Amino acid sequence: MVGAEEDIPAADAPSIVELSADDVLRARNEAVSQAGLGRNAEHLLEVRGLSTHFFTPDGIVQAVDDVSFDVGYGETLGLVGESGCGKSVSALSIARLVPDPPGRIVSGSILFDGIDLLKLSPEDMRKLRGKEIGFIFQDPLTSLNPTLTIGYQIGESIREHMGLSTKAAKERITELLAKVGIPRPADRLNDYPFQFSGGMRQRVMIAIALSCDPKLILADEPTTALDVTIQAQILELIQRLSSEFGTAVLLITHDLGIAAGMCDRVNVMYAGRIVETGTVDTLFENPRMPYAWGLLDSLPRIDDVRGDRLRTIEGLPPLLIAPPKACRFGPRCPYIRDVCREGEPELTQRDGEDHFARCFATQPDGWIS
Amino acid sequence: MTATAAPDPKATGVPAAVPLREHDPRNIVEVDDLKVHFPIRAGIFKSVKGSVKAVDGVTVDVRRGETLGLVGESGCGKSTIGRAMIRLRDATGGSVRFDGTDLFSLKPDELRRMRRRMQIIFQDPYGSLDPRMTVSAIVSEPIETHNLAEGAAKDERVAELLRLVGLDPKYVKRYPHEFSGGQRQRIGVARALAVEPEFIVCDEPISALDVSIQAQVLNLLTDLRARLGLTYLFVAHDLSVVKHISDRVAVMYLGKIVEIGPPEQLYAAPGHPYTRALLSAVPVPDPVAERKRKRVILKGDVPSPVNPPPGCRFHTRCWLYERLGQPEECRTVDPALKMVATTADHLAACHFADEALKTDVGIAHISVGSVRRGTPDSALASLKASGAAEQETLAAPAFVDEATPGGGESAADAFGVEPPDTTDTPTDIQNPF
Repeated sequence: MVGAEEDIPAADAPSIVELSADDVLRARNEAVSQAGLGRNAEHLLEVRGLSTHFFTPDGIVQAVDDVSFDVGYGETLGLVGESGCGKSVSALSIARLVPDPPGRIVSGSILFDGIDLLKLSPEDMRKLRGKEIGFIFQDPLTSLNPTLTIGYQIGESIREHMGLSTKAAKERITELLAKVGIPRPADRLNDYPFQFSGGMRQRVMIAIALSCDPKLILADEPTTALDVTIQAQILELIQRLSSEFGTAVLLITHDLGIAAGMCDRVNVMYAGRIVETGTVDTLFENPRMPYAWGLLDSLPRIDDVRGDRLRTIEGLPPLLIAPPKACRFGPRCPYIRDVCREGEPELTQRDGEDHFARCFATQPDGWIS
Repeated sequence: MTATAAPDPKATGVPAAVPLREHDPRNIVEVDDLKVHFPIRAGIFKSVKGSVKAVDGVTVDVRRGETLGLVGESGCGKSTIGRAMIRLRDATGGSVRFDGTDLFSLKPDELRRMRRRMQIIFQDPYGSLDPRMTVSAIVSEPIETHNLAEGAAKDERVAELLRLVGLDPKYVKRYPHEFSGGQRQRIGVARALAVEPEFIVCDEPISALDVSIQAQVLNLLTDLRARLGLTYLFVAHDLSVVKHISDRVAVMYLGKIVEIGPPEQLYAAPGHPYTRALLSAVPVPDPVAERKRKRVILKGDVPSPVNPPPGCRFHTRCWLYERLGQPEECRTVDPALKMVATTADHLAACHFADEALKTDVGIAHISVGSVRRGTPDSALASLKASGAAEQETLAAPAFVDEATPGGGESAADAFGVEPPDTTDTPTDIQNPF
C-alpha cells in the first residue's frame, strides 16, 4: 500500500518530507489570500461567552463555562487539555451536536463567518454541517457506518450539499480518495470500512470532512487511536490539505507535541475554562499559568536526558458540579495564596499581543515574575 | 491481530531446537529464538489455514535490576513477548529461561511457584480490575494464592502495599469504579507487588492515563524499582516514555527486534532506518524543534504478520532501501542483529546500518539536553523560598517511608491520590461524560 505522497509527482519512493513548517505556513497564507474567500467577518469563528452545561441527576455539570475564542481564516487553533476539561464539548457546541438531554448550550454566541450558529434553525444548521464545517473524529472505526460503502459515505454530503449528478459525484469521490492518498481509489469506492486499516479509515474521514470544501474543520483527537508513524502521515495530510485549500482547523488534542507542531495558536483548557491562550511560540516559550507549566513539566520528552525525575501535577481535576468561585486549578497549584481561594482570576493580557492567562500569581502585580 | 485463539496447547513445553547459551547469572530472563504463532482457523472444520507470526525469532536478555524498554507499533508482538516471558502465553518455538530455569518445561505446580517471582501490570486500569471485588480482595488474592499471609497479617500486608503505592489504606473496602484511572493503576501495581516479585512486566501501564497522571505513575514505578530492587520489562508504544524509564531499549517491527541498545546511543545514533522513522514521527512539545523536524513518511501500513515480506521485513517501507537503489540483499537476506558503530551494547538488524548512521534522518530536530520545561526559574525560586512545597513535589517518595509508620494518610494527601471529599458516594472522577 502506498502512503500520503501518492499524489505528489515522482514520489514512488517513500519521502522524507522536506517541507518545513515555515514553508507550509507560507503556502497556506498564499492559498488563503488567493482563494479570495468571501470573508464576512474579521474572524472565521468567533466564540463568545459559551457555556454548555449537562443536567444530570447529580447536579449541573458545567462542562464548558464562559469560553471565548476566535479562529482566523485559514488558521489552525489548538484546544489542549486533559480528559473532561471541556475541549470536546466546545467543539460539539460549535457543531450544535451536544446531546440534548442531558446537555444544553446555556449561553453565549458562536459567530461562524458572520452567522450566529446558535440562532439558526435545525434545518439551516444541517445545511451548514458537513458543507461549511467538516469533522474528523477520534475513532475512525466507530465514526464510519460499517454497513455502507466508503464511496457512499463520502458521497453523502456531496449529494446532500452540492447537488451533483451521480456521475459527477462519483468523479468527485474518486478525486477526494486520491487526494487523501488511498491507492487505486476507483476500485476502493465499493469497499466497506472493515476492509480498511485504521490509518486508511482516518484518511476516509478526512476525505469526508473535505468533501464540500469546508471553511472550517473540527478535528477532535484525529490521531489518538493511531500508531505514531501513521499519526505522522495523518497529521502531515491534514496540514498539507488545510494549507492547500486555506481551510481553518480547530484541532483538539491532549498531546502538547502535536499542538506544538500543528497549531498557530493554542488554547489551554482546564475544568471547563480557557486558562491560557497565545501563539504557539509564546505559549511554549513563556507559559504564564501553573497548569500549563505542570503539563509541560510532566511530559517525558524524546530530547530529555534520561533519569531526570518528572515534576508532576498532584491531585485530580475538580468535579464540575457547582465549582467554587475560586481559581479552579488552586487545589493542585503549588503557588496558591489566599487571593486564589477568594475569587477566580480573569484571563488577562501578558507579554505579547495575543497572550492571555488566568492566574493571579503571574499578573504584573503577582508574586511570580 | 485477527486470531485471538491461544496457541495449540500441545505446543507447550516445546524443547529448544538449538542448544542453549549458557545461563548468565546476571540475566534474570533469557529469551532464545522465541516464536509465538497464532493459528488462523477457517472453514467448517476449523482447519489451520496459516498463522499470525506475532513473535518470530526473538533472542533477548533482561538483566537483573534493569528496565528493558520494548517499543513498537500495534501488532508488532511487543505485548506477546512480555506475556511469553512470564508464560502467560505458550510459545511455538524457542525458549524462555527465568533465572536459568526453562519456563516452558515446568510442570503446573512448579510454574505456580515460579509465578511468585514474576508479575504483570496491565494497560487498561478499567478492564484489569474485577469490578465486583473490593480493593482489599483484589490486592489480597495473590497473597492467598501463594499462602503468604492470613488473617490480621494479611490485612496489615494489604495496607502496607497500598501505602507503598501512595493510596490511603482506609479505602480498602471500596470498589474499583470509585477510583480514578491513575488510582486504579496504583491498585494494579499494589496487586503485582503483593507476592514480592523480582521481575514485573509493565504492559503499557500508562497509555490509558492523562498526561499529568502518567507522570505520577511513572515516578511511582521508578521509585519502587529503586526501593525494592525490581527488574522491569516496560512495554510501550511511546518512545519518549520508554527513553525516560529504560536502561536499554529494544525496538520491534513485525515480530522481530530490529534494534536494541542504551537510550543514549539508540536515540542519538539509530542504526536501523525503522528506528529513525519512529523517532521522526514523535511529536516534541517545542515549536522550534517541531519546525526543524523532517518527518519520514513511511509508505502505507505495516505488512500482515501472516506473510511477512522476505529478506528484511522492513524493506517494503524502508526509505534507506529506496535511497540506496533497492539493494538485492534487503529483499533476500534477513539481517541479523549486529553491533552499531563500535558500541558493544548497541545492536541493529540492518545490512546498511553504517549508511543510516551517515545521515541525520529522523533525529535532526532532536537536540538532547536543551529541554526547556514549563516552570520558569522564577517560579522554582519562589517555591524554594516558600520551603517545603518544593521538596514535596520533587523529592518526596510516592509512598510512605517506614520511618513514618501509620503516616499513610498524609502521604496520600501529599500526592493527592485520595478521592475528592465528594466521593463518599460512588462517582466516576475522571469524566462524567
